[in-house]
Amino acid sequence: MTTTSPAAPPERAARRRGTPATWLRSGGLSRLAFALPMILVFLVFSWTPIVRSVVMSFQETNLLTPATWVGIDNFVAVLNDPLLGTAVRNTLYFAALALVMGFPIPILMAVLMSEVRRGKGVYSALAYLPVVVPPVVAVLLWKVFYDASPSGVFNTVLGAVGISPQPWLQSPDTAMPSLVIEATWAAAGGSIIIYLAALLSVPPELYDAAEVDGASIWRKAWHVTLPQLRNVIFVMLILQILATAQIFLEPFLFTGGGPNNATVTVLLLIYRYAFQNSLGGNYGMATALSVMLAMFLAVLSWVYFRLTNRWSTS
Amino acid sequence: MMSISRRTAAAGVTLAAGAMLLTACTSSDGAETTSSSDGSAGGTKVELRVATFPPGADAAAYEAFATQEAQFEDANPDIDVIGVEYEWTGPTFAVQLAGGSLPDVFTVPFTDSKTLLENGQLMDVTDEIDALGYTDSFNPVILDGVTGADGHIYGFPRQAYAMGLHYNRDLFEQAGLDPDDPPATWDEVREAAKAITEATGKAGYAQMAINNTGGWQLTAQTVSRGGRTQVDDGDGTYTSTINNEGTKATLEFLHDLRWVDDSFGYKVDLDWGTINQEFAAGNVGMFTSGSDVYTALVRDFGMEAGDYGLTVMPLEGEDPGTLGGGDIAVVSPTVDDATKAAAIKWIDWYYMQKLMNEAAAVADAQALADAGQAVGTPVLPVLSRELYEESQTWIADYVNVPVDQMAPFTDRIWDQTPVGEPKGKTQEIYALLDPLVQAVLTDENADIDALLTQADADAQALLDQ
Repeated sequence: MTTTSPAAPPERAARRRGTPATWLRSGGLSRLAFALPMILVFLVFSWTPIVRSVVMSFQETNLLTPATWVGIDNFVAVLNDPLLGTAVRNTLYFAALALVMGFPIPILMAVLMSEVRRGKGVYSALAYLPVVVPPVVAVLLWKVFYDASPSGVFNTVLGAVGISPQPWLQSPDTAMPSLVIEATWAAAGGSIIIYLAALLSVPPELYDAAEVDGASIWRKAWHVTLPQLRNVIFVMLILQILATAQIFLEPFLFTGGGPNNATVTVLLLIYRYAFQNSLGGNYGMATALSVMLAMFLAVLSWVYFRLTNRWSTS
Repeated sequence: MMSISRRTAAAGVTLAAGAMLLTACTSSDGAETTSSSDGSAGGTKVELRVATFPPGADAAAYEAFATQEAQFEDANPDIDVIGVEYEWTGPTFAVQLAGGSLPDVFTVPFTDSKTLLENGQLMDVTDEIDALGYTDSFNPVILDGVTGADGHIYGFPRQAYAMGLHYNRDLFEQAGLDPDDPPATWDEVREAAKAITEATGKAGYAQMAINNTGGWQLTAQTVSRGGRTQVDDGDGTYTSTINNEGTKATLEFLHDLRWVDDSFGYKVDLDWGTINQEFAAGNVGMFTSGSDVYTALVRDFGMEAGDYGLTVMPLEGEDPGTLGGGDIAVVSPTVDDATKAAAIKWIDWYYMQKLMNEAAAVADAQALADAGQAVGTPVLPVLSRELYEESQTWIADYVNVPVDQMAPFTDRIWDQTPVGEPKGKTQEIYALLDPLVQAVLTDENADIDALLTQADADAQALLDQ
């Protein structure tokens, strides 16, 4: 695959130096007209809410009566909320569990699947199937599976191998791991497909050389596959960290943040600030925490890419 | 190469399509005046969007509503009623309120009415209530809840309920208990729960614990044990009294059901909808909730009417009472005068007339009964007790709920003292109390005293904001 960019065609160069008339003659109006709906949609549904959120984080408003400016009061109130510490700890716990459970599994699965000679497509389809199930449906299905009674689906399976029924979502100790298991199941398919695609780009002669040197399958995976996948792994890792920091669907639908706040995450806390109170909620605190989370993730991403860039090129 | 005119034409078509798309995305606000198809009433009709049922109600409910809608539109040919699915829940109401997507006529709980009217989020209906002659008919305590500091009235109290103990008669029988003699004390509730679990393996007793309902029910049971979670100082401020003997006894009761008797069952994440679902499915022996849930249990969740039983909340301690609640019919503050007038007509016709007018009460009951909907679910009067009892005689022929199975409630409720829900930051403090209920149900070693002390401090901080 070539990576050099082609030289700019003469027409494009001329267009850059052109007058409005030449721009018009070369189809500029059509291009603008085709792009306009997308620009408008992006402006209205993406940038306006972002800017509005930042503005609201410095205001007190119920969205109905005129807003008042309160400076950094919302940020101070968020930082003084005892539940913030719980939410951050829970989010970090989720992220750690998701990394332990959810990060290596897709890599392992992809490596194993790449070694399969026949029926690779079937395995890929099976692996990707959970991604096709709508997330809300998946969570509600798993909620049934997680029934804590001895007759619950998972508890019946555990009972068959002599393990006592687990409380799953009904206990502060097991609720978070239960969420992570479902989240891993739901997301692994997408990651596996990406890793599989990346594995195709690994030159086969590297494996041939390793084989000649007498490397086992695990040494090949460790010394050939993983180094070749390094850049993809780095990108997937930061994507996973960003996703776990914004985890909402699972705690919202599975547990509502319970039991006893054991699954309240930062995003769920934002939701609670905004919507728990039926009389309008505290949109200022909700947007303040959103801004803080966005800034934290932006800094984290920047630091991460600085570090991994150095590692990638070293 | 494409000519300029063709390019311009293509661009024009694209722009026009985009404009049409954007136009299609905009919605009417529903309060507009539209041309009548039949040309009646001067050729215009007022479109009135009214709240109907929660999502999931069965087709028969909509059939009954369609009948009533047709009756109303016959009497008011200049009004076009549009039913809108609506259910009051904390989060969705806030979203609808902020997004301006509430119907023109909707209902809100007593607990929210005071704050909403003080925020200018409800329409002033003082003159209309005066004109209808209802101002002096309402129970003054209930009317106070919809009266602003300016003395104006902002809604029509339309329904009230008291808390009750709902029980499954079939599970009672399976456990060897007499369903006609339900528990009258909290100790008897505990014994019955244990018996049900031992005999059937089902949860003898369950309680709501999430989405603010945990706090709601904890407050209700506190009141039934003589405690109060909040004191109104009378000057616009409130004092939290969550750390009281009634609340402590309730948490200990729940803890013992769960950890000593093992009769609570496995689900500690139930709210109003899911506990109804569990109870209707026969998985729960007893639970506490508003006295009016029979309709939801049977209509929305398919419960066998013969299995249903209702009694009053057990009372104990000094100054116990029954937590009451209810809702009011209100008009969106954004509607124009014509829509407001139509809304008042609808509220009067749909909600109020059946409470005080025999013909309207009979017509309403007949429409509901014909569609197989519940008639005669026990509620509390928003007007006078006499008028309520008289209205029950008007519709006696149409009552289709098992009144005998509700007799333990209807015979004794008048002996109990009704207590209103706490007024200060009601929903926020209910939310704050949810984790207390969850803690005693999920942690065998939960320190109840410490939990109460912390919750009391947190609630006071909220009240002081």
